[in-house]
Amino acid sequence: MSTPVSNFDEFMDGLWKQNPIFVMVLGMCPTLAVTVSAINAISMGLATTFVLAASCFLVSLLRHAIPKEVRIASYIVIIATFVTVVDYAIQAMSLDLYEALGAYIKLIVANCVLLGRAEAHAAKNPPLPATLNAMGMGLGFTLGLLAIGAVREILGAGALFGISLFGPHFQPWVIMVLPPGGFFVLAGWLIVFAAFRMRKTRQQPSDTPSSAGANA
Amino acid sequence: MKTPPETPITSSAAMIRALGLIAAICGIIIVGVYEVTLNAVNANRKIALERQVFKVLPGAKSVQAYDALAGGIAPAGNHDAPAGAVRFYAAYDAAGKLAGIAAEGASAGYADQVRVLYAYDPDKQVITGLGVVAMRETPGIGDKILVDQAFLQNFVALDVALAADMKTLANAVKTVKHGTKAHPWEIDAISGATVTSKAVGRGINESAQTLLPKLLPNIAQLRRPS
Repeated sequence: MSTPVSNFDEFMDGLWKQNPIFVMVLGMCPTLAVTVSAINAISMGLATTFVLAASCFLVSLLRHAIPKEVRIASYIVIIATFVTVVDYAIQAMSLDLYEALGAYIKLIVANCVLLGRAEAHAAKNPPLPATLNAMGMGLGFTLGLLAIGAVREILGAGALFGISLFGPHFQPWVIMVLPPGGFFVLAGWLIVFAAFRMRKTRQQPSDTPSSAGANA
Repeated sequence: MKTPPETPITSSAAMIRALGLIAAICGIIIVGVYEVTLNAVNANRKIALERQVFKVLPGAKSVQAYDALAGGIAPAGNHDAPAGAVRFYAAYDAAGKLAGIAAEGASAGYADQVRVLYAYDPDKQVITGLGVVAMRETPGIGDKILVDQAFLQNFVALDVALAADMKTLANAVKTVKHGTKAHPWEIDAISGATVTSKAVGRGINESAQTLLPKLLPNIAQLRRPS
């Protein structure tokens, strides 16, 4: 690291500047699949946050013990471990939630935000900043999921967190809770964020926007 | 020509050691969490199962899982049903009398497997209730099988009587086009949700065809609750 980064900046990085969903466009598989309701979105986001923080902590702790030839294998084993932990924990807490999230809890393993963070950040930083950065990223991910999930639930079911908003005469916009709705709402949010960024770059021409990555 | 900077070579032993260390740490974490959550997970499963069985058999107060094997029926263990066996649930009322049988049927619907739980009355040899275990059918269309009153009327007394040889059903359960139900073993499909309706019929038929010939000759075993 050329310039020292404060712990606060590490934390805020993923929350806003490098938000995994709206800026880096990473981890699109759970983003589109589980955001049919706000509560699903939050649960998925928090599960991912836990896996992210715990695996980045362990990766960072072991960063001098892992030879670089076997680092990807090591990271995947560590990430898979914490996904298994979350899988059991959610089963123990609520089977309804477990059914709602379905295969997507296990698919956290394949979420590229996780491997990306382990490789790009945790492997090069001490445990504290690595964990803080991972928590910021995880909460940024949760925030992104919640933004999509809330819009989809309001339009597609006329409710928020299961509480009906518009009374019995509301005709739900069913496509919003179907897969296409996920794409529509994500696109809508990306437009909002792109417009916001463009306005900002016009004000400060030297500030270049960060590049987008591939999805999962 | 510039040669790339020399990278230190890691010995195989070091790699194996590192992977072994990580595998050991991860193994301990996973086993630890499994042990800690096992009781809560099993308790949750039991509650979820009872809730579903009680929904299709309103009079029931307790549930016992059984496996229907080739040679008869036996109380089920903690694991999944062995190959070839069919898992079913005997439900008892407050007085300890057999209130009915619940069993699962599954078939491919519009989006994914539609898994239903049906209640079976061994005295009248009819299906008396329907619940859904899991489905991913289209909201507002396929998921009507849960709420459509006319459709649920099919499962008040759906005929699944065995044939005289006790090997198959006398009449296979069949989903027919909306409005054309003529026999007690037919299911009147929901108009607009035919694929899901048919999946329900197929799931029940397949499950009943394999389960009932094994279950009904041994039904006396279940009348004495354990």
